Amino acid sequence: MNLWEEYHLATSIQDALYTLASAPGSARVIAGGTDLLLDLQQGRHAPVHSLVDIILIPELSCLEARKSGIFIGAAVPLQRITASSIIYGHTRALQEACGLIGGPQVRNTATLGGNVAHALPAADGTIALLALNARAEVADIKHTRIMELQELFLGPGRSALHPQNELLVGFHLPFSGDSDGSAFRRIMRPQGVAIAILNMGVWLRRADDVIRDILIAVGPGGPKPFRAKKTEDFLRGRKMDDAGITRAMDILISEASFRTSRHRATRDYRCHLAKILLEDTLKIAWERSHLE
Amino acid sequence: MDLIVNGKPIAVKKKPGEMLSDLLREQLGLTGTKIGCNEAECGACTVLVDGKPQLSCIYPAARADGKQILTIEGLASRTPDDRKPNLAVDIERRFKLHPLQRAFIDYGAVQCGFCIPGQLMTAYALLQTDPDPEEGQIRHALKDTLCRCAGYPTIINAIKAAALTMRTGDHLPSVDISESEEPLEVIGSLQPRPDAVGKVTGEAKFTDDLQFEGMLYARVKRSGVPHAFVEHIDTTRAKALTGVLVVLTAEDIPGEKYHGLVIPDWPILVGVGERVRYVGDAVAIVAAESKEIASQAVDMIEVVYDPLNIISDPVQARKADVPSLHPDGNLLKHIKVRKGEIEHGFAEADVVLEHTYHTVITEHAFLEPECSVARLTTDGRMEIYVGSQIPYADRNQVANALGWSEERVRVIGQLMGGGFGGKEDIAGQIHAALLAQATGQPVKLLFDRQESLLVHPKRHATQIRVKVGARTDGRITAVETELYGDSGAYASLSEKVMTRATTHSSGPYQVPHARADCYAMYTNNPPAGAFRGFGVTQSAFAIESMMDSLAEKLAIDPIELRSRNALRVGSVTNTGQLLRESVGLLECIDRVEDEMIRTAGEHPFEPKIDSDYHYLYRAWGFAVAYKNTGLGGGAPDKAGAEVELFENGTLEVRTSSAELGQGLVTVLQMIVAQELGQSTDRVRVLVMDTDLTPDGGPTTASRQTYVTGNAALFAARTLRQAIATTFADKFNQPPESIRFVNGLVQLNGHSIPLGDSVKEMRVEGHEPRAQYEYWAPTTEPLGHGGDMHFAYSFAAQAAQVEVNIKTGEVRVLRVIAANDVGKAINPLGLQGQVEGGVMMGLGNALTEHFIVEDGEVFTDRMARYRIPSIMQTPQIYSIVVEHPTADGPYGAKGIGEIISIPTTPAITNAIYNAVGVRIDRLPVDQEEVVRQLSKNRG
Repeated sequence: MNLWEEYHLATSIQDALYTLASAPGSARVIAGGTDLLLDLQQGRHAPVHSLVDIILIPELSCLEARKSGIFIGAAVPLQRITASSIIYGHTRALQEACGLIGGPQVRNTATLGGNVAHALPAADGTIALLALNARAEVADIKHTRIMELQELFLGPGRSALHPQNELLVGFHLPFSGDSDGSAFRRIMRPQGVAIAILNMGVWLRRADDVIRDILIAVGPGGPKPFRAKKTEDFLRGRKMDDAGITRAMDILISEASFRTSRHRATRDYRCHLAKILLEDTLKIAWERSHLE
Repeated sequence: MDLIVNGKPIAVKKKPGEMLSDLLREQLGLTGTKIGCNEAECGACTVLVDGKPQLSCIYPAARADGKQILTIEGLASRTPDDRKPNLAVDIERRFKLHPLQRAFIDYGAVQCGFCIPGQLMTAYALLQTDPDPEEGQIRHALKDTLCRCAGYPTIINAIKAAALTMRTGDHLPSVDISESEEPLEVIGSLQPRPDAVGKVTGEAKFTDDLQFEGMLYARVKRSGVPHAFVEHIDTTRAKALTGVLVVLTAEDIPGEKYHGLVIPDWPILVGVGERVRYVGDAVAIVAAESKEIASQAVDMIEVVYDPLNIISDPVQARKADVPSLHPDGNLLKHIKVRKGEIEHGFAEADVVLEHTYHTVITEHAFLEPECSVARLTTDGRMEIYVGSQIPYADRNQVANALGWSEERVRVIGQLMGGGFGGKEDIAGQIHAALLAQATGQPVKLLFDRQESLLVHPKRHATQIRVKVGARTDGRITAVETELYGDSGAYASLSEKVMTRATTHSSGPYQVPHARADCYAMYTNNPPAGAFRGFGVTQSAFAIESMMDSLAEKLAIDPIELRSRNALRVGSVTNTGQLLRESVGLLECIDRVEDEMIRTAGEHPFEPKIDSDYHYLYRAWGFAVAYKNTGLGGGAPDKAGAEVELFENGTLEVRTSSAELGQGLVTVLQMIVAQELGQSTDRVRVLVMDTDLTPDGGPTTASRQTYVTGNAALFAARTLRQAIATTFADKFNQPPESIRFVNGLVQLNGHSIPLGDSVKEMRVEGHEPRAQYEYWAPTTEPLGHGGDMHFAYSFAAQAAQVEVNIKTGEVRVLRVIAANDVGKAINPLGLQGQVEGGVMMGLGNALTEHFIVEDGEVFTDRMARYRIPSIMQTPQIYSIVVEHPTADGPYGAKGIGEIISIPTTPAITNAIYNAVGVRIDRLPVDQEEVVRQLSKNRG
């Protein structure tokens, strides 16, 4: 059986949504396809009637600074994000995360939209977006709406997006101010699948020696991409010092549910790494908040 | 849809489910683009789409509409020429090679060649955007373009050189590799491969690149269960599927129903009432009009199993209460080494240490998956096109299964995208032949990566207990080892492999009292067989770890400890072999030590903490090894070769020995050129064809340079002698006075073109060719004492590692490798072997773990089995040591395996030196490192 029958290169959001809805059989959106095509080839996803390719839709391949902030189209390849000076200047954590995904060939194809749409709890791009307070723009045949990123996730690999009626258009990120800084780090294993054992993104805003505001995202810290809100609450308004970081580590461990996954890492090791990553990302983001 | 491929506008029809790689390879016949994994892991399929590197195996063809595609075939400009090329130079003349292609050839970056199109396209894209990349940028660009021959440092150097040439227009800088210490005219100089031009231009054909009229596609129904009786097989639905020509089961096999290189215990197909012993066992085979139909048919075959208890490790397999997997039980072989009186040895010791080490199953991961094409000829013979390490064994086994005489089968060996020992056993050869026999049509059986991972024999998992006794001055008095080897479901070469593991288990040391017992056990895991290192990889890890523990216990420098005990001329091995010559171990040790101290200062084994990042600890580690050349143990070890001269002065050397990327063809070419005074580019090499080439024996045991090299050498000398005799008679000169220089026969002031001797010989009634069957020196079986092997190679390595004490992550920064190779016949090819060997040892230490749980394979995708990439490649410094062996060609002995053996323990010893964590279980688990570190602190 063929993995797909029809391949449609959509030229507009309307075109894509219409084709999805009117396909005579199952239909799926394809952006880079670096995950979806493997799922199809390896039988984790049943063959589909139609693949609706969205990479030619102008709005979805747009990456620009707008009045209200930065917009990254869902179909922008990771390579463009990594190389973008806007991204580097305002959302360092995202630039770092996208630079770590795959090799150059994959980064020329894979998209941030795909990274998010797969709803994996430790996807590097997703974790960085979460730490940067990104919001998602989603279109259906009638209108377009903006939603919190976390609303997109129902569980591991389960997205709230309707596969045939909705389309992820892109992401809106706030500009970075002079006293803001962000960072992304991950720890890998040299054996087995190239997915982070643990990754973390931090954004913070400083006022002198105080953390005025902070966002922390960690993966996998639960069935969905995890925001460490209790840790954020504890650190928000505190002076940046080692005692605070040590205390924050414990809070992070207690609020995230780090689990043992076979052939990858035990819960203990993940807890251990979470502390290391928290300290690293906090300190780097803090340094950057001087510079940016 | 319309696209531009390599500058040419092309209109093609969109096909459902088609990837760009299918479009290129199948519709357009551009087979230079290779499929290594088909899962976006290996990068071999990289092409440029609008100038950007993309993985064509997951790039929907429909997306290429309107785009510009550049494939490997488009990198060089070419001159049309319809004449059949005769020599490599003729092929080369047709191309104006891109500087990258030139550099890859001249620097020796091409080995098996399967990944090379991907490497070149990725590198080309990099140089388009950055004409002067730093090494870090090159590594980053090639991060996901894997090379299992792993000549990564050379690839980097070649890219840098090409970039320089492209920027300046100057000639390619010459490669920085030394010739042999005492080079001859040809032998010992740097020679590029004869097949390199084809491999860098995409012209080179591997088995899956072949197409035949009316060819069918085969798939195999695998058991998927580790241990069960087959109760029922229903092929009705599969047979009824449109496009299916035939479905065969065990009862359809006309001849022998089993295969196996040593013991024929491996069922070609498991029939009803018979037992499947691992998940890769074949139950039925299908031939259909397309791959898709064949796959669909396989899914429609229904098999009912009666499951049996699973034996999942060799220690369990030896227990009394477990089922027997084979008629004679689960013990495939108990291998024993006895020397002296072991108790006496331990009684003499001041210190006795004992420890048990574990190694896991590992996988060859050659980038070209197995592929066989079988074709009936009009005169009723069967042709098998396959990349195989033992063509004559394939012929024999295929003929037996067909119920035919061997002469009716012809194996026509194809270029091989790596083998490393994993292409010795039968893969799809017999299945393809049975289907071709049944249908009368050509049949291609290509394994996908998952099937390749499941089916072919692996490296043995082992448990190795080492007990060592020594005097306070460091002299070893006794070594006792006990090994368990996981032989998996079938014998393959397991007995031989574990024999090598056992005989080498006390290391390359003078041990007065030695005792080793090995239990090679059948289990329900995938079979274990040959894999570069052949068992010695595992036992070297154990003994070399123990040597460092012993050095620490005795407070002796680990290098000093090894030197005191090292084998040298006059030593007697633990199998009772007196080493009379060619033992370069001490020189290897000294030279690695010198280089390490030059690099690292006086205390390389003491940890150094990074001045900026206080959690990064660095230290060096040291290890040595030895490895036999040739089959040994009393096995007749011979090879045939034939050399023929043609009127145009070109020569051809023919042997069935296999070229799998290691560079045998270059070695043979050089030997013949050397012996007949001809230039290498006038010598053709034909290998792996059972009709046209004499039997060179198996390409295994690091034996081909020595054994087939000698066969070619003596064939060339016989031919030279015959030519000399012809001219001696004609000119009335003594034959000894005749010289062969620069393609000329010189005598008494005459200079006659070499090719002219053809006519002269024919006038005398002689054909201008000579065949020689070379028999290597006789060896003795284990237990008989005497020479168990006719030669050994030796090595020492030092590795510098960096351990992150916070995360447990380990990086290898530098490796210094010295190898006693007897004679470096082609130092350019040797460099590739050194780099690849070190990287394979590094993978064995850090990245590779083939996971099987209760007989089920977890690592059934490339994504789950990680081989080292360019990002993990350390600086590799190669030292060539040449202690010639008397009977080797020009003194040469084996190099294929020795290089990879000491790397793993050098790395794990370095980890201990850096952070005090002793790795006794491979691969290194960073989590365990952290656990041990906190235990040590607490």
